[in-house]
Amino acid sequence: MTSPSTRSKVTIDGNEAAAYVAHQINEVIAIYPITPSSPMGEWADQWSAERKPNIWGTVPTVIEMQSEGGAAGALHGALQAGSLSTTFTASQGLLLMIPNMYKIAGELTATVFHIAARSLAAQALSIFGDHSDVMAARATGFAMLASNSIQEVMDFALISQAASLEARVPFLHFFDGFRTSHEVAKVEQLTPDDMRAMMDEELIRAHRARALSPDRPVIRGTAQNPDVYFQAREAVNSFYRACPTIVQNAMDKFANLVGRQYHLFDYAGAPDAERVVVLMGSGAEVAEEAVDYLTASGEKVGLLKVRLFRPFSVEHFVHALPASVKSIAVLDRTKEPGAVGEPLYMDVITALVEAQITGKRVIGGRYGLSSKEFTPAMVKGVFDELSKPAPKNHFTIGIYDDVTHTSLEWDPRFSTEVPGTVRALFYGLGADGTVGANKNSIKIIGEETDNYAQGYFVYDSKKSGAITTSHLRFGPRPLHSSYLITSANFVACHQFSLLERMEMLKAAEPGATFLLNSPYGPEEVWNHLPRTVQKQIIDKKLKFYVIDGYQVAKDTGMGVRINTIMQTCFFAISGVLPREEAIAAIKHTIEKTYGKRGEAVVKKNFAAVDEALSHLYEVQVPDKVTALFDIRPPVPAAAPEFVQKVTARIIAGEGDELPVSAMPIDGTFPSATAQWEKRNIALEIPVWDEELCIQCGKCVLVCPHSVIRAKVYDPQHLEGAPAAFKSTAARWKDFKTMKYTLQVAPEDCTGCTLCVQVCPAKSKSEVKHRAINMAPQPPIREAENANWDFFLKIPEMDRRVLSLSQVKDSQLLQPLFEFSGACSGCGETPYIKLMTQLFGDRALIGNATGCSSIYGGNLPTTPYCVDANGRGPSWSNSLFEDNAEFGLGMRLAIDKQNEYARELLARLGSVIGDELVKGLLEADQKTEAGIADQRERVKLLKERLAGLHTAEARDLLSLADALVKKSVWIVGGDGWAYDIGYGGLDHVLASGRNVNILVLDTEVYSNTGGQMSKATPRGAVAKFAAGGKPAAKKDLALLAANYGTVYVARVAMGSSDMHTVKAFLEAEAYDGPSIIIAYSHCIAHGYDLAFGMEQQKAAVNSGYWPLFRYNPKLADEGKNPFQLDSRPPTIPLKNYVYNEARYTMLTKSNPEEARRLLALAEEDVKSRWKLYDYMAHMPANGADKGGNQ
Amino acid sequence: MIDLSKTIDLSTSYLGLKLKNPLVASASPLCEDIGNIRRMEDAGAAAVVLHSLFEEQIEIESQELDRFLTEGTELSAEAVTHFPDMTGYNLGPRGYLDHIRRAKEAVRIPIIASLNGVSIGGWLQYARQMEQAGADALELNIFYVPVDPELTGEAVEQKYVDLVREVKGSVKIPVAVKLGPYFSSMANMAKRLDAAGADGLVLFNRFYQPDFDLEALEVVPNLTLSGPHEMLLRLHWIAVLYGNIRADLGLTGGCHAATDVVKAMMAGAKVAMLTSALLKRGISYLETLVTELLIWMSEHEYDSIRQMQGSMSRNAVPQPSAFERANYMKVLSSYAVR
Repeated sequence: MTSPSTRSKVTIDGNEAAAYVAHQINEVIAIYPITPSSPMGEWADQWSAERKPNIWGTVPTVIEMQSEGGAAGALHGALQAGSLSTTFTASQGLLLMIPNMYKIAGELTATVFHIAARSLAAQALSIFGDHSDVMAARATGFAMLASNSIQEVMDFALISQAASLEARVPFLHFFDGFRTSHEVAKVEQLTPDDMRAMMDEELIRAHRARALSPDRPVIRGTAQNPDVYFQAREAVNSFYRACPTIVQNAMDKFANLVGRQYHLFDYAGAPDAERVVVLMGSGAEVAEEAVDYLTASGEKVGLLKVRLFRPFSVEHFVHALPASVKSIAVLDRTKEPGAVGEPLYMDVITALVEAQITGKRVIGGRYGLSSKEFTPAMVKGVFDELSKPAPKNHFTIGIYDDVTHTSLEWDPRFSTEVPGTVRALFYGLGADGTVGANKNSIKIIGEETDNYAQGYFVYDSKKSGAITTSHLRFGPRPLHSSYLITSANFVACHQFSLLERMEMLKAAEPGATFLLNSPYGPEEVWNHLPRTVQKQIIDKKLKFYVIDGYQVAKDTGMGVRINTIMQTCFFAISGVLPREEAIAAIKHTIEKTYGKRGEAVVKKNFAAVDEALSHLYEVQVPDKVTALFDIRPPVPAAAPEFVQKVTARIIAGEGDELPVSAMPIDGTFPSATAQWEKRNIALEIPVWDEELCIQCGKCVLVCPHSVIRAKVYDPQHLEGAPAAFKSTAARWKDFKTMKYTLQVAPEDCTGCTLCVQVCPAKSKSEVKHRAINMAPQPPIREAENANWDFFLKIPEMDRRVLSLSQVKDSQLLQPLFEFSGACSGCGETPYIKLMTQLFGDRALIGNATGCSSIYGGNLPTTPYCVDANGRGPSWSNSLFEDNAEFGLGMRLAIDKQNEYARELLARLGSVIGDELVKGLLEADQKTEAGIADQRERVKLLKERLAGLHTAEARDLLSLADALVKKSVWIVGGDGWAYDIGYGGLDHVLASGRNVNILVLDTEVYSNTGGQMSKATPRGAVAKFAAGGKPAAKKDLALLAANYGTVYVARVAMGSSDMHTVKAFLEAEAYDGPSIIIAYSHCIAHGYDLAFGMEQQKAAVNSGYWPLFRYNPKLADEGKNPFQLDSRPPTIPLKNYVYNEARYTMLTKSNPEEARRLLALAEEDVKSRWKLYDYMAHMPANGADKGGNQ
Repeated sequence: MIDLSKTIDLSTSYLGLKLKNPLVASASPLCEDIGNIRRMEDAGAAAVVLHSLFEEQIEIESQELDRFLTEGTELSAEAVTHFPDMTGYNLGPRGYLDHIRRAKEAVRIPIIASLNGVSIGGWLQYARQMEQAGADALELNIFYVPVDPELTGEAVEQKYVDLVREVKGSVKIPVAVKLGPYFSSMANMAKRLDAAGADGLVLFNRFYQPDFDLEALEVVPNLTLSGPHEMLLRLHWIAVLYGNIRADLGLTGGCHAATDVVKAMMAGAKVAMLTSALLKRGISYLETLVTELLIWMSEHEYDSIRQMQGSMSRNAVPQPSAFERANYMKVLSSYAVR
């Protein structure tokens, strides 16, 4: 037995804790990424890539599958063949595993699935935590063990595996997504010896002995009939009966070994408690803190923590419950609409009835869905409810339900924060290093002092300029505070601009310290603070410090990373450690974290530490509020009512306060709301030089956030233009008398500079000056705002007069996708925007889950918008795996509606007017003019139908819009198209139906953090391919072309924008399935995205990404349908790939493998080119009409 | 047939190393491959100078790795990172040092490591590591482009001298310095480097001179191979310096034929370095050069390389002024007369 004192203390999050154990006690690990469980798979993959062995000295095999369904299947097979096998998942992923879970349990197979429990997609997707997923799996026959804290995650990962082996019952080991999976806390690390002691060798051998083997053949997985299926199903009963005791025995053995004693149900609180809450998960930690507080003040309350939820042991439950209990509130972190109550509540009721315990009042309620805050105050609210003579049953706590009045009241001022605990809040922006710095700080405090430490990190839902809030607690007493800090004694603002966006000092307690990263020094900062901030500093008597972190970062070579600097200031001011000790500890951590990245990196961080201290100043706080400005309203006054009442509250961070009545009942939200959320995240924005501009439209095309717009208009519209508004003569042959303006939306730009990089017009006298150049935003913000507002009022160009195959013309079309939350410099959004420009006014979009569904549909605002006629894309996200089918369904409905409308037209012909009917039925809608004419006819039809009162006329009125051509777009990333959705995609391609599929190919699962997909190129490093992807990228385009009936295009906007525009037009025009595979540069490729378009060019020039179009229509015309549109390689592959960290990383971590894979990748390029070239020159229809290049 | 190699002594010494002939394969991408280094030895190279380890490159690689590992981090709750951050990376000089080791194992001829540094700390550390890895000598490839108008020539020169002194003080193996011709007083500079302890001077570095792409209006890298005309500058300064400094002289740049080697020796070089010639004609061209050198020497009745070394240096010719300014004037005027 290892004595507890010899175990090291580590500061890690729940995912790492689970993976740490799981990787060491398994042999085969099948994974698939899904938030928030992905890091468990990532750790496992990385450790195996680094050849870290398990406790038996062999390196576990880790394999990524095409879906969670696939992972479960592979796992099932591995178990059947006798391996110790595990997986990690959450949410929809777990749902996809359910079919296999029944099998695994039915076959009495030992395994543990580690689950970062997460909400299920219902009215909306949510990545956050609750128990909806695990509760959906409770009928599978898996045992279910809940961990409430990071330490428990590590402990239960081991206990569950040991118990599973003995019980032969498979386990779901679950913990709360984000709150536990991502909380960083100090825990005692189990040792390999601990694991060896818990993992019984005999049981492992027995597991192997049960495996399928041709050396002792058996058959498993038979089909059974009514005569015996039932009996066979009952044959497992004894194993489930034995399971609770086996788990308790494992817990006892673990306690002997490690010293921490757990029980199936752990009671905490007054031994003579009268009111008890029952719950599981991180909420139990919160409840424990509340119970400790309340019992200390004499209240007879208690908490029953449920650890083993399945098999539910009535005996152990009853035994754990104090006999004194009079009333019980059971809290479920899930919702089952239509059920009598939620699962835990139902079980408690049943248990009491079965145990014949009467006279106790039991109520049940829901809390914490989708990581909704659950605080000690809410726990007290529940206890208070239990004290009432007629407490509310089926309640909710944590929200305000003003519709069905389920919610309980609570007093948010009730606080159980432990005195002596330091509570620090840090506000920053994603990628400024704030979160990383705080993770480091927590590590330092956790590992260098005796303090307990906890860190939790909250992000908003944007991928560019996301606001991050770090919640850090540490102190001498154990921390159970699994909730956000609302009362802080240290507040740091790492981004000055956030002061005008949010009321961050609300959470500062009197006398707290406020650290501000400020471009203004201690003397002048005061007058740059909003009134509210000044008032709070004065009223709360805050100690106020400033540092110009960005200047220090610049001076010390840190660029825009202020992490180390702000971290040093925190330690210097907070006094957690003596200053010298703190500095030494920070430097030690820097060595540990960055040492492997090279000495230069360590040096600059050291310099940043040293410089930070000499630039940190305390501000002498004046006693008067002097500012003439205040925090900006979240949305402008002109925003529509819903935006004002709902969206604005969410933007302001007050979404928690919205009542149920404020929410749409079915998940339907208005579009076009992103325009109201002015985020001002760009330090510099593009400025147009009208003299130099050649009006090519390239900047408009590439702008990922649609902030650069062009219009050609009649000069009369310039009347009343702001003084700074720019215009010049339009350079169009047909619009010579008209004006041209290129306008930037100053508050929506993210400052990516793609537009500047792509601008071909350079000044003759100074080549660095182009027709579009970056300039600091603040000085021009107001003037450009006025220009932008004026620009929006200028009428859009008539679509009918434009030649849409010309890039220049296409970029005069209004984008119906704007200001999304996508990453700055995103390579996907320009394609989506183009699609909306060309077809958005008649588009239905089915969007696979992924980046495009997050920046496309994550609250608070929606980027899809409408034109002057109120038309625009109608968008929905179903799931990750089903998107092709989802889009096909839309097509089927539209086609059916169109067909029925046409039938009705024929039936009602003479009543409506034969000529109109003929026009409607025979309309040619191939052009914008044709569509406009049809819209006119439909308008007329509606007018005529309005006067008719037959059922058929009313039917036709409701379907008349279906007579206008609709464009169905199925949009998603490569994770969907190549992997999880490929089966469906393939089926839809084969369907022959007129759908357009847009694959935004970033070559990894970007949204979940860059895991390998089958689109990942050979030799690239990705998560789940830490050792470099060994196999070549799947040629999805060629597979699709193989059907012969599918329009296929492989495009790269940065290489040929004209080709891209052409492909979109042809794909949409093709009356059958079309697929466009679009090269999308991505932050997960590891280079400065400002050069994204140039890198696309290099991809094509190296032959890595040949452009082609396969148009079945050409075959009908006797031509070769395969058109190879790019030239043979002109640069070596390495000139393309080694611009990107995803490739160069491998040259650093495994140079020999990098060389081997590069050589193979070069071969891939050669052989593919040969094949394409051959195809392009194949005779069409037997005649040698050749391909064209 | 007479075996000229038996009768003519091609051996020379350079940096205290005994070399079988004056042909040294100089730093080029060819040296990145151990097979090539073996082929060089087989073809007759007396020593090999490895491609340069660029301190700046090491620093950039490390900064870039750090940048891209951290740049995409903490963007959103779902994508806290975008890359696996491995426990270790093959960063810094590790790969280069391994290369020295492998080259030493592969051949018997001396291996001269080449170091291009930017900071005193870096130079010293890498120089020591190269020594430990088994390099027979070091070549400091000083490639410094002083673009700061505030930086005086004096300060630049002092930087060179300090670098050489520091490196010399920290390693026991001989150190050569490869430098460019752009000094106000080349001879004085050579003397100062000599005094700082340089065991050899390699004349001259060919500087990277970027070109313009007139269509794209961009500055583009431009690297051309040296031509024989470039040798004259080298000959000139070797002839001037020979005998005036203690350090050995090596000629690099423009040496393409056996007669070029002869000229280099006569000017006073101990070795002639070959880069462009090998890149253009292949490693086996070394064999041709050795043969042609022997034939030339035989025809002109030279017994040994040592015999001719410095024979046409400034001190050895009847009219030293041929190497001075007047000569330059004469050439120009004679050119005008034509």
